[in-house]
Amino acid sequence: MENNVLEVDKLQVAFRTDKGEVVSVDEVTFQLKQGETIGIVGESGCGKSVTSLSVMRLLGRTGQIKKGTIRFDGKEITQLPEDQMRGIRGNEISMIFQEPMTSLNPVFSIGNQMLELIRLHMKMSKSEARAYAIDMLKKVGIPRAEQIIDEYPHKLSGGMRQRVMIAMALSCKPKLLIADEPTTALDVTIQAQILELMKKLRQESQTSIMIISHDLGVIAEMADKVLVMYAGQVVEEADVFTLFDDPKHPYTIGLMESIPHLEHDSQQKLYSIPGTVPHLHAMPKGCRFHQRCQHATEQCTTQKPPLLTIQGSSGHRVRCWLYQEEEQMAAGYSQNEVIA
Amino acid sequence: MPKLSENPKPLLVVEKLKKYYPINKGIISRTVGHVKAVDGIDFQIYPGETLALVGESGCGKSTTGRAIVQLDPPTEGRVIFAGQDMAALQGAELRKARTDLQIIFQDPYSSLNPRKRIGDLLAEPLLAHKLAQKSEVSQKVDEILEIVGLTKYHKSRYPHEFSGGQRQRIGIARALILQPKLIVCDEPVSALDVSIQAQVLNLLKDLQKEFQLTYLFIAHGLGAVKYISDRIAIMYLGKIVELAKTQEIFQSPRHPYTQALLHAYPIPNPHLRNRERIVMEGDVPNPANPPMGCRFHTRCPLAKEICREQTPDLTKTTHAVACHFPLV
Repeated sequence: MENNVLEVDKLQVAFRTDKGEVVSVDEVTFQLKQGETIGIVGESGCGKSVTSLSVMRLLGRTGQIKKGTIRFDGKEITQLPEDQMRGIRGNEISMIFQEPMTSLNPVFSIGNQMLELIRLHMKMSKSEARAYAIDMLKKVGIPRAEQIIDEYPHKLSGGMRQRVMIAMALSCKPKLLIADEPTTALDVTIQAQILELMKKLRQESQTSIMIISHDLGVIAEMADKVLVMYAGQVVEEADVFTLFDDPKHPYTIGLMESIPHLEHDSQQKLYSIPGTVPHLHAMPKGCRFHQRCQHATEQCTTQKPPLLTIQGSSGHRVRCWLYQEEEQMAAGYSQNEVIA
Repeated sequence: MPKLSENPKPLLVVEKLKKYYPINKGIISRTVGHVKAVDGIDFQIYPGETLALVGESGCGKSTTGRAIVQLDPPTEGRVIFAGQDMAALQGAELRKARTDLQIIFQDPYSSLNPRKRIGDLLAEPLLAHKLAQKSEVSQKVDEILEIVGLTKYHKSRYPHEFSGGQRQRIGIARALILQPKLIVCDEPVSALDVSIQAQVLNLLKDLQKEFQLTYLFIAHGLGAVKYISDRIAIMYLGKIVELAKTQEIFQSPRHPYTQALLHAYPIPNPHLRNRERIVMEGDVPNPANPPMGCRFHTRCPLAKEICREQTPDLTKTTHAVACHFPLV
């Protein structure tokens, strides 16, 4: 069996709020191999960012991993003391954030911020570190890297800042790179540049990537396998081709149909999922999607569906009662003759 | 689809519109230059149609929208709405014109006053324009809430109690309550989640049919635009580089920038991930100091000598393009 870089098992994360504790991520399980890219897709508040922040253990004072384990490189990190975690964070696991405008410190030069990280984790001298930082900046396609390194973040455009973030994130050669909406704040042409860059760097370094996005287009471009999250849970999991060719969960299907494709016929009415995402304080009973689902039955309103494996597929799993019979029937017949 | 031939008279004509913002420096705030946010654009919108204005951030698309509704009056050029020059209007006439010309803003979180109840927010435009008696206001507000998919029970609530999509519906209701002819939609779905975007786009489309509305739809993404617009104008650095029917823009783009935009759009189909495409290099130049000649030449894969020297004009054809070497 191949070694997984990251194994997340039944992760549950809760936050303390004024109105009591809320569980923002529940029963999230996935594995990530070396060099593999996993995409996490979902709407705002579905828990995709919290999942990634839990891997970084950056949940703040109010957040807490309640249940489950996160194994990074074979090591359980949920209980790791903070000083050991600091050795991993930024070094073996690094992260690119959504807002390149706010995630760089405005009062320090680019070089200053890069050198801090490189010297801390890689034990280089000042001049070595500087040369290395310039190298990294060149690698991510920053022109005039020797001058840019002494500039302050406000001098750079959004795309440039995101390149600097990527250079910083990759400078310690991490085993795992978490990219939380890395291109959401950027224009489409710049987004295309950044995605190309990430693909190129992934090929060179064999880094595992966790990419989080609300944009199915970005996920289709980048990911090998995909988790679709809704209201804090994984509702569907599959490799990228299976997911886009044959989505199963009503939410995934709805999500895909509600994007106006470039090939979309403009006379046709756009499909939209009725209603809104439920509030964390008031999660519906049973399936969390049932209020917005057109296939919902009695069972959906009362019982929580488990993550069911679609028969005849490798790792296509879906959290929906609709596929329960299919699973049982398919268990009876060994052949794949199930009517979808 | 609007029948362009039956309605030869445009509802809105924009002529040589320019909007410059001064750059002031020093203790006496001397003007040292101008940011040429919009630098001479022309277009017409016909009754019942949707014209989309598409471009990257800083291309001047929102400035154009604001200049049209006279929130930021243009530096030069004319905005002619229903045969009247907006700049020449004053007092009561301007007020009247403003009821016909409404705007929906991008950010549903900051465009509603957090201290006012929804009922008051929606009644305000009616009272300000004296379009309804106090006694009728409440009923009109109820009606409009129904139309945008909310209920009259929402009237006594405050904006923070609503989700992004619902707030955008309130923004739409606020524009719609004055029964305008033209609505400038300034990125109305950009801040919303995918599943909510579709709801709001459908609502806008239904309202257009029901009330014969005309839209100027401003967007940075091509997806929503494809769905809602009849014609698309592509802007780059304060100028329109291409203007054509939606179908033509998507099927046979003529400006290299339009093509690059189409190529850059991530397609939600993993089988197409290794498709051939042009990835544009570099960033959008600074609008305070735009490049000479064609403004796109610094990033254009086809740029030649003439592109650096001469600014190409937008052709007068139905598929208008501003390029020395348009694609076929």
